[in-house]
Amino acid sequence: MDTQPEPTASELRQIVREGIAVAVATGTYGISVGAVGVSSGLSVAQTCALSLLVFTGASQFAFIGVIASGGAPLLGAASGILLGARNTLYGLRLGALLGWRGARRAAAAHLVIDESAAMSVTRGSTSAARTGFLTTGIGVFVLWNLATLGGALAGESLGDPRDYGLDAAVGGAFLALLWPRLDSITSRAAALLAAALALALVPLTPAGVPVLAAAVVALGLALSGRPR
Amino acid sequence: MTWIAIVACGLACYLLKLAGLSVPERVLEQPLVQRVGDLLPVVLLTALIAVQVFSNAEGAHPTLTLDARVAGLGAAAVALVLRAPFLVVVLVAAATAALVRLL
Repeated sequence: MDTQPEPTASELRQIVREGIAVAVATGTYGISVGAVGVSSGLSVAQTCALSLLVFTGASQFAFIGVIASGGAPLLGAASGILLGARNTLYGLRLGALLGWRGARRAAAAHLVIDESAAMSVTRGSTSAARTGFLTTGIGVFVLWNLATLGGALAGESLGDPRDYGLDAAVGGAFLALLWPRLDSITSRAAALLAAALALALVPLTPAGVPVLAAAVVALGLALSGRPR
Repeated sequence: MTWIAIVACGLACYLLKLAGLSVPERVLEQPLVQRVGDLLPVVLLTALIAVQVFSNAEGAHPTLTLDARVAGLGAAAVALVLRAPFLVVVLVAAATAALVRLL
């Protein structure tokens, strides 16, 4: 796996700095999970448990969204699990790169999220990938859970989080994650098709289904495109 | 029931993460698996944005809606074109939507 030279100490420090920056930005956004969770009818403890146990933002929002719309909690769990399937795909890329086995792999698994994957998957060596993964993963975990608690406690006194645009912050954050990935014709086409399919399904299916259905776009494009 | 759902969701999400890390390398070297893996983050994130910004899930059935969130998304896109960092993009989206609702 290690085909590139080991990173220098200063390169590792740069990776740590980037990881901390992403952790601060993403962790802060846990405030909206806390506020939206409480405003949708979950208790403070339940909202915090979601961040500790589920620890993957989109799944938490999907869960909360179903609760907020009056859906059954188990339907919320199902939507969250469907969305969590994308972390499996990150793991596919990270497993060999990080090179952990046994207990370390089991512990690292909980930290596999959008941001920790993004900050490690492009690294050229195992030590650089582990540095990016751990800095981002642990940083987001700590800050995300603290922010969730803060948002859940404040949410009850702050009233409707929409007055502060917190519901729009979600879309903005996802757009910021998506932006650097729109670097080819194929990925732009995939994005357009996925958005169109998801929007078409919104009025027709329960919350959570449109997003997962969009995964079919990836499979379709992968099947239709020949390796070049 | 809500607690059961939370624990079940957490456990299943963890196992999904662990499953990905545990897949043998020879499976990952299949060209089709690689191509799907390349495209999945893009389609999942795009669909998430579409649903988060353009749908209203408050009634019994989700509906398509246009409201202040669209302005927030547009402002976020402008911030990204201007190379703003992640947190600024998020704050711009929230502030814009909040402002539009005030007007």
